[in-house]
Amino acid sequence: MGFFERLTGKKSARSAKERLQLVLIHDRTDLSPAMLDVLKDDLIAVISRHIEIDPNAVRIDLTREGREQRLVADIPLRPAVRRRAN
Amino acid sequence: MTGTVVTVTSGKGGVGKTTAVANIAVALASEGKKVVCIDGDIGLRNLDVIMGLENRIVYDIVDVVEGRCRTRQAMIRDKRLPELFLIPAAQTRDKNAVSPSDMVRLCDELRAEMDWILIDSPAGIERGFRNAVAPADRVLIVTNPEMSAVRDADRVIGLLEAEEKPAPSLIINRLNPNMVRRGDMLSVDDVYDLLRIDVIGIVPEDENVIVASNRGMPLALDGKSKAGQAFRNIARRLNGEQVPFIDLESTSLWDRLVKLAGRK
Repeated sequence: MGFFERLTGKKSARSAKERLQLVLIHDRTDLSPAMLDVLKDDLIAVISRHIEIDPNAVRIDLTREGREQRLVADIPLRPAVRRRAN
Repeated sequence: MTGTVVTVTSGKGGVGKTTAVANIAVALASEGKKVVCIDGDIGLRNLDVIMGLENRIVYDIVDVVEGRCRTRQAMIRDKRLPELFLIPAAQTRDKNAVSPSDMVRLCDELRAEMDWILIDSPAGIERGFRNAVAPADRVLIVTNPEMSAVRDADRVIGLLEAEEKPAPSLIINRLNPNMVRRGDMLSVDDVYDLLRIDVIGIVPEDENVIVASNRGMPLALDGKSKAGQAFRNIARRLNGEQVPFIDLESTSLWDRLVKLAGRK
């Protein structure tokens, strides 16, 4: 077992593939992780104007299907029951 | 006769574009096809030495484009395969001496008398790449199972998509089956999963490629080597044949025995 393998417990081809998956998504979409964070904050601000959400639970991901990328936002809503009770 | 223009490109340099062009050309010509290769790398020509034709250059592609000679005069005939020709790049000229429309015009002329026109694209995504891709009916992208080569291949695929070129096919060159087995090299499946374009060839890493370039005798000429076989298979697939891929990655019982024997 090589030095890096012992360090990470991972074969180097596996690291290469995981790193490339991320790099290619960002190359293809021209979206950097930093831009994604800004987008996420904007999205939270806009949605919060209309409905109550938990900003910490919001997830924004880029996923791929074949050569297509998709922006997937998972935004859990706060239960309406509690809002009515307030 | 209506020849097909095939452009071989890669983004990254040094992945084996020129070797691929020379070998696929030799393989197609061995099957009796009329083939002309065009070296698109103006200022850094190399296809001539890989094919072993460097001593016979009189005119080059810039001479053709600028009307100093007829196209036929710039086509060097390979003596080993009489239906194989090379149009060399200019070595001392600025790469802007040729434009994409020049390439389209030249290829249209060649289509009339050739079965296959293979263009060796320079590395990069600049003018030389645009020239090479402009007349292409098909594009083959050469990559290696390695970070930067795969990334650059993806960039080129994206550029071709944006230009609405026909979907390119992939040649995975310099695959080292032992490293794949050890988990230290991206496998064919990994590269396919990342790039998601049709794979037309898998070429194993092979010392004979260097020996062949030393001699100016492309492997596909006679080679019993696996790389030569892989290039011949690519040529057959271009011709529309269904050819199974050589199994390079699987660990056979024999392989395991050999490994065990070597380990004692």
